[in-house]
Amino acid sequence: MTDIYLDNNATTKVDHAVVDVMIPYFLEQYGNPSSIHKFADGVARGLKQARQQVQNLIGCEHDSEIIFTSCGTESNSTAILSAIKAQPNKKEIITTTVEHPAILSLCEVLEKEGYTIHRMPVDRAGRLNLEAYKKLLSDQVAIVSVMWANNETGTLFPVVEMAEMAHAADVMFHTDAVQAVGKIPMMLQDTKIDMLSLSGHKLHAPKGIGVLYLRRGTRYRPLLRGGHQERGRRAGTENTASIVGLGKACELALEHIEYENTHVKAMRDRLERGITEQIPHCFITGDMNNRLPNTTDIAFEYIEGEAILMLLNKAGIAASSGSACTSGSLEPSHVMRAMDIPYTAAHGTIRFSFSRYNSMHEVDEVLKVMPGVVATLRKLSPYWDGNAPVANPEQAFKPTYA
Amino acid sequence: MWDYSDKVKEHFFNPKNAGAVADANAIGEVGSISCGDALRLTLKVDDASEVILDAGFQTFGCGSAIASSSVLTEIIKGMTIDEALKVTNQDIADHLEGLPPEKMHCSVMGREALQAAIANYRGEEWADDHEEGALICKCFAIDAVMIEEMVWANKLRTVQDVTNFTKAGGGCAACHEDIEAILEKVLAEKGEKFDPEAAPVAKPVVVEVKGPLTNLQRIKKIEQVLESLRPSLMADGGDVELVEVIGNTAYVNMTGACSGCQMAAMTIAGIQQRLMEVMGEFIKVVPASEMAKLVNIAA
Repeated sequence: MTDIYLDNNATTKVDHAVVDVMIPYFLEQYGNPSSIHKFADGVARGLKQARQQVQNLIGCEHDSEIIFTSCGTESNSTAILSAIKAQPNKKEIITTTVEHPAILSLCEVLEKEGYTIHRMPVDRAGRLNLEAYKKLLSDQVAIVSVMWANNETGTLFPVVEMAEMAHAADVMFHTDAVQAVGKIPMMLQDTKIDMLSLSGHKLHAPKGIGVLYLRRGTRYRPLLRGGHQERGRRAGTENTASIVGLGKACELALEHIEYENTHVKAMRDRLERGITEQIPHCFITGDMNNRLPNTTDIAFEYIEGEAILMLLNKAGIAASSGSACTSGSLEPSHVMRAMDIPYTAAHGTIRFSFSRYNSMHEVDEVLKVMPGVVATLRKLSPYWDGNAPVANPEQAFKPTYA
Repeated sequence: MWDYSDKVKEHFFNPKNAGAVADANAIGEVGSISCGDALRLTLKVDDASEVILDAGFQTFGCGSAIASSSVLTEIIKGMTIDEALKVTNQDIADHLEGLPPEKMHCSVMGREALQAAIANYRGEEWADDHEEGALICKCFAIDAVMIEEMVWANKLRTVQDVTNFTKAGGGCAACHEDIEAILEKVLAEKGEKFDPEAAPVAKPVVVEVKGPLTNLQRIKKIEQVLESLRPSLMADGGDVELVEVIGNTAYVNMTGACSGCQMAAMTIAGIQQRLMEVMGEFIKVVPASEMAKLVNIAA
């Protein structure tokens, strides 16, 4: 059996067609786009085409609203730092407790520098309270930054509505959409979203390329200065091959967006149904009725995620976990904690994330393996006895914690 | 994914003594808050000889927690409980051919479960004697609680102080920002302000450097620095021995607990860093095993 890759929210395989369009930019058209000679004369055209391909995927009004960056993290940092630099008198930021560390770590640092950070909590299904959000919006807020789709659970936030609300209160709105772009249709020109981050490697383009969408007219301060590239909004010689690759990947994503929301979704649904039917004491986390078509995050109670992943890996299956152990950090995933998932389940969450390269056959293979993996580990668990959890698991096993 | 040794994988994929011992008379239940892992160790101890006849484990935890539990039961079966109490977490890690620094706490959890089980057998109350915090220095596996305690106890004020007292930050130096944050926090609690320019409270060994060193001077000074590092290595059950100095390259043998430890390479990097700081010239520290290769090539 060939290996099965179900970790597409972590990163994706680069599409062959993407690699093909990139190669000439390494070997023939390797000139600096700023140069005046034949090694560079096709490059500007390549960049322009890529910009339009990105524009088509996210549905923005102008291709000049696309700023190429090095990654999603750079786009996120640029957006937030730009907003606070451009509006030095506004000292508050609104975000959520379940954002990616690219946002949360930056906000922590800004908090130390005197900013007030409003981190909106979520309910058990990972949903925000928009009434509470409305109350936070004021002329003191420099920017709202809310992710479009959660990387762990796939839960979608109502960013279009939230951007309208921010706009009505005259507050800038940014969304980290690295998980959403290419998986769900979007038409930014019909929204009030001011800034959006996307990352190439989440949609079959290479790693090391990202985009910041910046609505025309949004007040902006560059993170990197020093050149005219990207109209002076992001200095530094363009990563030409990757930009062209990202353009192609966006074109392909747009072509496949229906496939993503039908076939890919069907694979996800079949896996999810199969697992929850066959395996006792597991449940799906996040907002089941409102999430990405490719993602499922399942909590397996009384066992630990890294151990599950090691057994899956041995069976040739790649997924990821919200367990503390896989990250080397202290806590289980902040997303699971924010949703108040009990700790004996939070440590055993496994995320399966699909792409258009997966197949139904692979789903069936995973369904064959998964019950055995869970049973093997439960046999070792102090919370488990025979075919069921021990009675009152939290009472029956109460270790002394160091 | 972690870089686990074959031994860790072996014990994870085929754990020994999984499950509870049926007629156990010693039970230890401990957890590591830093990972959410927890372990129940059950032992059958012969009352006359105090020999551990059987041992079983049940673990809620990651691959290395399961492997540490499994190897622990293998180590202690057949030991008397007094012998078993001498088993250290380093012994557990050594039997597993090393653990990544972030996972050393799994071996600590094993040792604690053993202590708790023996206390239970003897009818004593077992109290945990250490608190674990976020891992700060990955080179030397030093956590936040350890650093905080040392800052309090020794009135430390600078990153250099922290490195002198705990080794933390003495390797790759990437954690210096985190150490500064701890200093800021603790000093604020004491009503003081962190000043990165403050003079270190305890000076490291200072060697006056005048012009280029002769080889003899260099060797003497390297010995002097190694001598100053020895206590902290020995605290971890290890040691270092200088084998040869050729030009700017010092060949060393890591001995005791340091030998075969997955962190040996990191420790060597830490030693090199210290040598360079003290001697004010570039020094390369290389395991003596590399010298053998060099000689072979020359031959």
